[in-house]
Amino acid sequence: MNAPAYNFAYLDEQTKRMIRRAILKAIAIPGYQVPFASREMPMPYGWGTGGVQVTASILGPDDVLKVIDQGSDDTTNAVSIRKFFAKTAGVQTTTRTAEATIIQTRHRIPETPLTEDQVLVFQVPIPEPLRFLEPRETETRRMHALADYGLMHVKLYEDIARHGHIATTYAYPVKVDGRYVMDPSPTPKFDNPKMDDCAALQLFGAGREKRIYAIPPHTRVVSLDFEDHPFERGRTPKTCELCGANDTYLDEVVTDDMGGRLFVCSDSDYCEKRRGAEQAK
Amino acid sequence: MTESDAPLLLAEGLTKYYGRQLGCRDVSFALYEGEVLAVVGESGSGKTTLLQLLSTQLTPSAGHVRYRLRDGVTRDLAELSEAERRFLFRTDWGYVHQDAALGLRMNVSAGANVGERLMAVGWRHYGRIRGAAATWLDRVEIEADRIDDPPLTYSGGMRQRLQIARNLVTQPRLVFMDEPTGGLDVSVQARLLDLLRGLVTELGLAAVIVTHDLAVARLLSHRIMVMKGGEVIEEGLTDQVLDDPREPYTQLLVSSILPA
Repeated sequence: MNAPAYNFAYLDEQTKRMIRRAILKAIAIPGYQVPFASREMPMPYGWGTGGVQVTASILGPDDVLKVIDQGSDDTTNAVSIRKFFAKTAGVQTTTRTAEATIIQTRHRIPETPLTEDQVLVFQVPIPEPLRFLEPRETETRRMHALADYGLMHVKLYEDIARHGHIATTYAYPVKVDGRYVMDPSPTPKFDNPKMDDCAALQLFGAGREKRIYAIPPHTRVVSLDFEDHPFERGRTPKTCELCGANDTYLDEVVTDDMGGRLFVCSDSDYCEKRRGAEQAK
Repeated sequence: MTESDAPLLLAEGLTKYYGRQLGCRDVSFALYEGEVLAVVGESGSGKTTLLQLLSTQLTPSAGHVRYRLRDGVTRDLAELSEAERRFLFRTDWGYVHQDAALGLRMNVSAGANVGERLMAVGWRHYGRIRGAAATWLDRVEIEADRIDDPPLTYSGGMRQRLQIARNLVTQPRLVFMDEPTGGLDVSVQARLLDLLRGLVTELGLAAVIVTHDLAVARLLSHRIMVMKGGEVIEEGLTDQVLDDPREPYTQLLVSSILPA
């Protein structure tokens, strides 16, 4: 038995065709959620089944894959997905942002600016930005169709009324290309401005909810806000204790039970690169 | 005839069948600006069906509803696109449900409930939205410090008043009310009616009020339509119909009010 038990990159070719059609439609209508026939993957829902299917469908033998989980290359989710594609597709993998052609991410957008030759694939748990205010799918679809988005500001209003400022820090709603309101998956809102006019293609896959959506390269992405409460990027006002960066998104690491805290770059590759450059000096 | 002399809402031969079941048959009337019309009748007489037909929530089996839009053009509501109808619904119209839970977002603060329509029509200034919400809460006699509480924490009467504020914030010209005082106790009803009467007069609202309570009709409406078995059996000026009912059914209805 030498024949492999599965196709290149796990999914069969017909499934990939179906997903590619959904991706093409998503690119044609920026921010619109395209339904697709999501498959069972050999991992539980919530672990990135949507992102994995998108990656599997666009992956070629020459691609170089990078997978990050909250910015980091070495956490469980990132390691297992990277190994999954190394095994099922035999593609080259990397942790370096600049070397990758496809980057699958659970939420963060790398600090290193992306290029035209790269594709960013997001894993999305809940693709519908209106969901928590309007539970009916029929109604939210109609609201998207009619661009009836007053409700989205109700959520932001509630934030300000309760907390004095817009307290939504992740999954912060954006308007794509002046038309569709989109949930940028649970990325910290710090990364929202990177989506605007991004050179790379951004694809979003939600496996359990069976939706794919996209932001084509160089598309206008605007974070929703109020005139008197404008969008703020939101960042812990600290510097990374490993590389000293003061403009990156930081993770707070609890180091002991005495209140010890360590702030480090969430993007582990970017942090290592900076430290490497420091040593080389 | 000048523009504002034309009727605001015009129903022509409205008929609705639910399969073989009759909802209402051949209802025609004209409603003018600032006029309040009460539709009375017992349960199952087709009142609510009529209200839903008028507000385009149901499609009639036959007949038309025409409405004079803010630009002065009278149009058949069935011909409007859904986007136009929605816009109409959240700007020029109000709809007060009997059950406030249907007309409010129960988990969202009162301020946001009132502000939602403003945000839907493009208001993007938090301070101004909140200011408008506070003004309207004051007008419907809800204390200013309850602005951030969700209606879940409100009493029945307060919910109903909040629903009214939410509907009136965009200064609509026409409000539909489905049993606005249903399920409230008598003293709360009286206060709500008093408030409604004040607002209707002050704002010059046109309204269609569906009720089984003749006292509500007498207090609020200029004209009255009596429905029975899906058809209008009598209509006229409110005091005329209530004081001098012509049809036996209306006489029965009027005489069945308990003396105060």
